[in-house]
Amino acid sequence: MKIDPNCRYRSSHEYARKDGAEIVVGISDHAQESLGDIVFVELAEVGKTVAQGDAIGVVESVKAASDIYAPVSGTVVAANGELAGDPALLNKDPYGRGWLVRIAPSKAAEWEGLLDPAAYEKEAAKE
Amino acid sequence: MAPFAGYDMPISYPTGAVEEHLICRRSVGLFDIDHMGQVEISGKGSNEFVSSLVSSRVSDMISGEARYALLLDESGFVLDDLFVYRLQNSWWIVVNASNREADLGWMRSRAPQGLVIDDRSDETYMIAVQGPQAIELMDSVSGGEVSKIERFTSKRIEVAGVELLFGRTGYTGEDGGELFFPARKAVELWELLLAKGTELGIETAPIGLAARDSLRFEAGMPLHGHEIGPTINPIEAGFKWACDFTKDFVGRSALQAIVEAGPKRKLVGLDVTGGVPREDCAVLASADGAVVGVCAAGMYCPTVKKYAANAFVPPELAKVGTALAVSIRDKPRPALVVKRPLYLPAYRR
Repeated sequence: MKIDPNCRYRSSHEYARKDGAEIVVGISDHAQESLGDIVFVELAEVGKTVAQGDAIGVVESVKAASDIYAPVSGTVVAANGELAGDPALLNKDPYGRGWLVRIAPSKAAEWEGLLDPAAYEKEAAKE
Repeated sequence: MAPFAGYDMPISYPTGAVEEHLICRRSVGLFDIDHMGQVEISGKGSNEFVSSLVSSRVSDMISGEARYALLLDESGFVLDDLFVYRLQNSWWIVVNASNREADLGWMRSRAPQGLVIDDRSDETYMIAVQGPQAIELMDSVSGGEVSKIERFTSKRIEVAGVELLFGRTGYTGEDGGELFFPARKAVELWELLLAKGTELGIETAPIGLAARDSLRFEAGMPLHGHEIGPTINPIEAGFKWACDFTKDFVGRSALQAIVEAGPKRKLVGLDVTGGVPREDCAVLASADGAVVGVCAAGMYCPTVKKYAANAFVPPELAKVGTALAVSIRDKPRPALVVKRPLYLPAYRR
């Protein structure tokens, strides 16, 4: 299980990574491996305001669809356009080219409240 | 791993469902399909019995031939789909795992005196070898015997000292065959085929249930419980070709009435944009969004690179090119009726 040390995580396996003033959101390596081959990704529209825990997208694997939840509140400022043509990027490079959305966060303290890498790894290992 | 028809089976191997599908279409896939059932029918009246029970013409089958057939009830609904092999002294019928007990009960309840019906499922192992290089692989272990076996025929051959029945049939749309042999030889044969592939530089991989589904789906083959089933008749599902109306068979008169009146719905292929259509997704009229039908199955298709569904719609909306919509997560997504199959089987080219 690959853990990105620069990310913080939700129990539902989304990660949040600070990049300048924005938060990059995606799903963890553990999540992509559990889901299997990802064949379609649906993402919230740019400009959408979300609260922490709101659904911001759906990841469809071969056999099932899974909701993606916002790890922090804010506004969606970008959605990964590469995923329409190559959803497998989520499997191949979940922390890099497989990013899902970028959020301009509205509540700075939320990031601190997410699971740190060690805590997430411990939780995910139990599954 | 997941439970399937009472067996613990791999949805995919570590390779992954998409790549497993692609491997089968470009070289060789191995399928452990031992969950399937095999019924052997012999004895007095067996020819007439089999002919009366299945939809397809079988009385003209010579020893070795193999043919697709449907098992129908009196109302013309599909109890199961089968592959029927005419062997030297018996009929060898491959049935779906989930319907094995019901099929046997159905057959036994209608069997005349003197007929012998044997359930060979537990003692028989079944694996499929499918792909453009499947015959090459099988030839390498059978002394070149397999390439001599014509499509839709079978022959007893020997592989590494194991006698097996090889049927040049399959459920993927690729060339290859299905092997029937004593269950205790399963691991030995499986490992032999994988090792031979490595030795010859033929890419050979085990294929799980998810890829098995996408392969058969692309090739236009039905899965009982989806495109055919106990509430579906062969006419509406596009299987009139598997019904021989010149002979007597269970369900014939019901089907004849349906043919005359015209089916009330038709199975079509849908090319969908904006999501993955799946079983039970509603099909909507594109104009007013009214529900007009339902998806029987749907998925991402790795070879044709489409999101597609098989769906039942009113006959007037079944024409290729008709614009419809499929409801996915409560939102209508554009869908177009397309020609089936999405992928033309190798043996039809």
